[in-house]
Amino acid sequence: MSQLLDIQRRMAAAVMHPLTKAETMPRRRSDGKLNNAEAESFIKPNDRLTSFERLEIYNRQYWFRLYDSFEDDFPGLLAIVGRAKFDALMRAYLTERPSESFTLRNLGSHLEAWLGAHPEMTAPHTVLALDMARLEWAHIEAFDSAADPLLNEDELIAINENSQLRLQPYLRLLSLQYPVDDLLIDLRNEDGSSDSSSNNASIARRRKHVRRVAAVAPEQIWLAVHRHQNSVYYKRLQREEYRLLESLLNGRPLGEALDYAFTGSEIPEEERSSFLQQAFSTWAVLGWFTK
Amino acid sequence: MPANRFNGFTEYGVGIGLRVPHYQHILSRKPVVDWFEIISENYMIDGGRPLEILDRILEQYRVVQHGVSMYFGSADPLNREHLKRLKQLVRRTKTPWLSDHLCWGSVDGRYTHDLLPMPYTWEAVKVTAEKIRQVQDFTEVPVVVENVSSYAEFHVSEMTEWEFLTEVVEAADCGILLDVNNIYVSSQNHSFDPFTYVNHVPAERVAQIHIAGHSKFEKYILDTHDHPVLPAVWKLYARAIERCGPTATLLEWDDRIPSFDEVHDEALKANEFLQAVTPKAKADAAQPELQGAAR
Ligand SMILES: [Fe+2]
Repeated sequence: MSQLLDIQRRMAAAVMHPLTKAETMPRRRSDGKLNNAEAESFIKPNDRLTSFERLEIYNRQYWFRLYDSFEDDFPGLLAIVGRAKFDALMRAYLTERPSESFTLRNLGSHLEAWLGAHPEMTAPHTVLALDMARLEWAHIEAFDSAADPLLNEDELIAINENSQLRLQPYLRLLSLQYPVDDLLIDLRNEDGSSDSSSNNASIARRRKHVRRVAAVAPEQIWLAVHRHQNSVYYKRLQREEYRLLESLLNGRPLGEALDYAFTGSEIPEEERSSFLQQAFSTWAVLGWFTK
Repeated sequence: MPANRFNGFTEYGVGIGLRVPHYQHILSRKPVVDWFEIISENYMIDGGRPLEILDRILEQYRVVQHGVSMYFGSADPLNREHLKRLKQLVRRTKTPWLSDHLCWGSVDGRYTHDLLPMPYTWEAVKVTAEKIRQVQDFTEVPVVVENVSSYAEFHVSEMTEWEFLTEVVEAADCGILLDVNNIYVSSQNHSFDPFTYVNHVPAERVAQIHIAGHSKFEKYILDTHDHPVLPAVWKLYARAIERCGPTATLLEWDDRIPSFDEVHDEALKANEFLQAVTPKAKADAAQPELQGAAR
């Protein structure tokens, strides 16, 4: 193996290894290796710092940077599970799913799946926490995904049951068991994912102070997370609207999507056409239908 | 010398890093700023507000791209998706040159998001130079590499950092973004004379200079970009431009960011030093001697 690759693998294994509770580099790693011996084998000490201490600077920087970015992205999750649980789940998630992207923006891309597989990390608020994480990830996606050109008036008029309508790439649909949208609006400031890439080091870990959310009563809601004039909004949908949009997003022709939307619906037959007219005109005004 | 093939033959003056807290001020007050440096990764996205703001900035200002995650020194191959998005952004900004760091930061497809120090070996020279060439070929814009602050050195190193930098840029035939704050930080952490470093750098390859503030601790100095530039760094800057000529200069301020005016005023202090090395100032300085000779 190349010497360069070998050094980089060894240094990355130390740097990306979780810190102790006191946020120092552990003496013994989970792979059994002793960090002191590891550090001495490839890093020079100087007159002020041992090899271990020099390596520790990078170990701490790594985690501080990731914590900072992750906390910026998921303040709602933090408010639900509280600081201690949040720290534990953040450390575990980032250890199991280290970044595989050149941008910190994608740090939370596997969080929903990971939380689903680790309900113990958010108990007893498992469902509420998962709903919040899904909404926060949808917010990040809606913030900077592409916006496609809109259908024009003529194209809108020409829509029929065979039309396969395309929706904005930034539009995200969520079916949630808790009204986490109201919670998050209170918590999150408008600017979406922060200006997260930089090239400086931080002195210490910055902890966000987020007030803990009190008990929330469950309530089934359907949400469209979308963008208007480059601000992210959460729009509540009715069940039928959600099912219709979901079906269109899955590429179904309009006729099929309508059948699916009204399956099991309590909206009387005679009110459906005005219901649809209302929904479509709102979505067209919001610019959701694209070429 | 300042306009050279490594900075697209431009003559840029003093700029500052474009940061989110200053967006509103810049767009509403339209301050006179020679140029802005953007962190490429923050705009390598498909849509939304960051790109809208960038486009509005581009209507009025010159913008140069600075990257933080190309990791020329990683043994891993380059990330195709990263390259593709970078090139899209290059087309958007029309950046005359493109910078990223002489460091590594990913291995086996996993990213640390940090600027990790290189072992200064011949193998690393070869790997790094090759990747710089690939980025340059792909993006079709001059690539310049920046020296980083470091807190560790490797047993296997076969040369000094300044020798390594020189070997890499010559092998890649690329330019240098000389960060004099990083030189100062590393010189304190590794006990070398920062002027030895500045004096060794191939001056004709310097396309741009970074200045920044740092934080001093008991046993080491951290590159925090959260302070005004320190006097020792200004001294190093003065020496750098004495060697390189009046080079495009950029102040980095990334943390505890003060008002736009405070950041810009700090950057503009560089002008005092730059004026001293412009051809006109040099001629003026030479004038009394000539008069003396005529007498
Ligand atoms: Fe820099």
